[in-house]
Amino acid sequence: MKLSDLSKNQKATIIKIECPKDLKQRFYSFGIIKGATIFIETISLAKNTIEINVEDTSIGIRVEEAKTIEVELI
Amino acid sequence: MKPCSSPNSLAPMRIILAGQPNVGKSSLINAMSDSRLKVGNFSGVTVEKTEICFEHHCHAIEMIDLPGTYSINGFSQEEKVARNYLLNEDYDVIINVVDSTHLTRNLLLTLELQNLNKKMVLALNMYDEAKKEGIIIDAKQIEAITGIPTIAVSANTKEGIDELLDTVHHIYDDEKRLRSNISYSDAIEEVIFDVKEFLDNKNYQYKDLDTREMAIKLLIEDKPFYKAIHDKPIFMELQPLLVKSLDKIYSYYETKDIIDIQSQEYHSIARGIRAETVKTSTDKQPKKLTKRIDNILINKFAGIPIFLFFMWGLFQLTFELGAIPMDYIDAGFGWLGDAVGQSIAHEGLRSLIVDGIIAGVGAVVLFLPNIIILYIGIALLETTGYMSRVAFLLDGFFHKFGLHGKSFIPLVTGFGCSVPAYMATRTLKNEKDRLITLFIIGFMSCGAKLPIYVLFAGAFFAPEEAGNILFYIYIAGAMLGLVMAKVLRLTVFKGDDEPFVMEMPKYRMPTLKLIYMIVSSKAWSYLKKAGTFILAATILIWFASNYPKMDTTNQSIQLENSYLGQIGKLSEPFFEPLGFDWKLAVALETGLAAKEVVVATLGILYNVGDEVTEESDQLLSAIKEQIPFATAVSFIVFVMIYLPCFAASMVFAKEAGGYKYLAYLFVFTTAVAWIMSFIAYNIAL
Repeated sequence: MKLSDLSKNQKATIIKIECPKDLKQRFYSFGIIKGATIFIETISLAKNTIEINVEDTSIGIRVEEAKTIEVELI
Repeated sequence: MKPCSSPNSLAPMRIILAGQPNVGKSSLINAMSDSRLKVGNFSGVTVEKTEICFEHHCHAIEMIDLPGTYSINGFSQEEKVARNYLLNEDYDVIINVVDSTHLTRNLLLTLELQNLNKKMVLALNMYDEAKKEGIIIDAKQIEAITGIPTIAVSANTKEGIDELLDTVHHIYDDEKRLRSNISYSDAIEEVIFDVKEFLDNKNYQYKDLDTREMAIKLLIEDKPFYKAIHDKPIFMELQPLLVKSLDKIYSYYETKDIIDIQSQEYHSIARGIRAETVKTSTDKQPKKLTKRIDNILINKFAGIPIFLFFMWGLFQLTFELGAIPMDYIDAGFGWLGDAVGQSIAHEGLRSLIVDGIIAGVGAVVLFLPNIIILYIGIALLETTGYMSRVAFLLDGFFHKFGLHGKSFIPLVTGFGCSVPAYMATRTLKNEKDRLITLFIIGFMSCGAKLPIYVLFAGAFFAPEEAGNILFYIYIAGAMLGLVMAKVLRLTVFKGDDEPFVMEMPKYRMPTLKLIYMIVSSKAWSYLKKAGTFILAATILIWFASNYPKMDTTNQSIQLENSYLGQIGKLSEPFFEPLGFDWKLAVALETGLAAKEVVVATLGILYNVGDEVTEESDQLLSAIKEQIPFATAVSFIVFVMIYLPCFAASMVFAKEAGGYKYLAYLFVFTTAVAWIMSFIAYNIAL
C-alpha cells in the first residue's frame, strides 16, 4: 500500500520509493529510506499535506509525494 | 566585518561550521565567541555564509557559518553553496554541529562530510536538551567508531564549549589528519580492499589521501578524483577492476543506482552508531510538548485562523506600541532642530541642517520603534520553529497559486526587508519556483514602507482604526502578490514545481540574547542606512528643492521652480491619471533610492513655509490638509507595488541571475502599480 493510504498513527515499514532522483535524494537525507519505520502524525484540512514521523523526526510532505512511497503495515 | 586583529603573526585559523538546519549553529557560534565577541554579520536564517572573528588562546579564529543543509549531495541552491565551499575553499577545520536528540539523521551528513577527508570535529549540540529527554550519548564511543573527535556541547548552558574550542585548536596544530574508522558492510569492504590493494601495489599518490580513502572515492564516483586519475596511465588497468567491483556491489544491492547504495550504507552505519552509543531511558517521553502544541497550532480547523491572528496581533503591536516612543523621538528632533537653528546665523546653512538633514534623518529614525517590533516578531517566527508549521499549513493554498509552501519564508521575510527575502529564496530548489517568488516578494510591503503607511493611515483615519488599516494594506499587497504569482505561473514560468519535504523541528524558546542579536543587527543596519545613504539622499533632495535660487520669498514658488520641482513636473503627465501632483511624483521617484526617503521627501516638500513650528504631527496634518483622500489611496497602492529600493533591486538582479530580470521587474511592477492605482483612484474618487 501507499504511504498516503495509511490512517493516522498507523505504523508501517517503507519497502520501496519510486520517484524522481532529486526527490529521492531529499527523502534519503531525511531518513526516509527502505526499511525505515514511518507513521502519519497530522493530515491537513484540505488533505494537501501530511506530517509524517520517521525515526523521531517530524516531516511535512505533500500527499502526491507520499504516493511515491510504498509501505507495509507492521 | 571587522578585521581579525591577531596579537601574533600567525594566519587566522579558518573554521567552518557545517550542519543540518535547526541544530543550533547560530547559538553555538554565539556561545563560542561570547566574551571575545567581534561579530561580523549575524543573519537570522543563515543563507549566505556568515563570517565571525574572535580569538582563542591568542590565536585569531575566523569562523564561517555555512547554510544548514540536510545533505551536501543534493540539488538545492544552498546545498550547492555548501558543497562548493567545502570542496573548493581554503579552510583548516570543519566543526560538524549535530542535534543530539536526532543523532541518526544528523550522522548522515557527518558521513558525507567525512568523505571530504578534511580535519573535522563533531559537536553534539543541545546535549542539555537530550539529557532532559533521557538520552545519554557516549561521545568517546562515537569517536572510537568514526575516528572523529567528538564533544558533547550545549550552546544554552555553555557546557563543553571550552573543550570544543580546545579540541579544534589541538586538531589544527596537529600535522596529521585523523583517518576515518568507519567500516562499511562486508560486500563493500571486500571491494574497497581489492581497489586499495591495487592502488597500494601501484604506489599511487593523490594529495594527502591514503589508498583506502582513494578507493572509497572511486566507488562513490567522486568527480574531482575521477578527473585527476582519469588521465593517468594507471587508469587503463584500474578501469576493468572498477567495473568488476561495482558489478559486485550492484548485484549485492540489486540496484545500479550508486546514490541508493550509498544512502543505504550511510543509514545502516548511522543506525549502528546510534545503537552502540546512545542510551535512552524509556520513562521520559520526548517530544510530548511539541506534539501537544502542534495539536493546536496545526490543527485542521484552528491552524490557519490562529496564524492569521498572530499576524494581526503583530501589526497591531507594531502600530500601538510603536506609537509611544515615536512621540518622544518626534519631539526630540523638533527640539534639536529649534536649538540648532537658533545657533546658526547663515540662512542657507541653517536651512540645510534644520530643514534638510535633521528633518530628513529625523523622519527616518522616527520609525525605528515600529521596525524593531516587526523584526522581533519575524525573529520569533524563525527561531521558535513555527515558521515550518506555517509553511506546512499554507502549502496547499500556496500550491494553488503556483507557489511552494517554502516560498512563505522569503515572502514573510519580505515584510521585514526585501534584501534578506531575495536571498532566502535560495531554499527553493526549483528555478521557476524561485523566480516567481523573487518577482512577487516586492508585493510584501517591507519595513521601510511602513513609515509611509503609518503616516497616511494616521493622517486619514482615527488612531484606533489605523492599526486595522495597516493590516488591510499588508494583506491586500500579499493577496495581489499571490494572484500575480498565478498569472506568472500560467504565462511566463510554466512547468513543474518543487516537491515539498520539510522538517517540523521541535518547538524551542529562543534565548533573549539570540533575539537581541538578530534584531539589534537589523536595527543597526537600518540606522546605518539612515546615517549614510539616506543622509546623502536627504541632502541631495534638499539641494534639489532649494536650488536654483528664485528671487522670491514665496516658498512654494521656489519649490515649484527648483530642480526637484522640474523633475516632478516632467513626470506629472504620467502620474496625473492617478491623481498625483508633482510633489507626490517626486516622493515616489526619490523612493527608488530607498523607501525611507519617501517620508523624508514628503517631510521636506510639505514642511516648507511652516517655519519653526516643529511640533509633533506636523507632517501628518500637512498631508491631511493638502492631499485629497482618493489621491492618498492611489498613492498608497502605488507605493505598495512599485519597484523596491536600489539595494534590494541589486540583490534581486543577483539572485534572479542577471540585470535583464531587473528590467523585467521594473516593467512588471510599474505596469501593475499604475493599473492598480488607477483603479483604486477611480473607486475612491
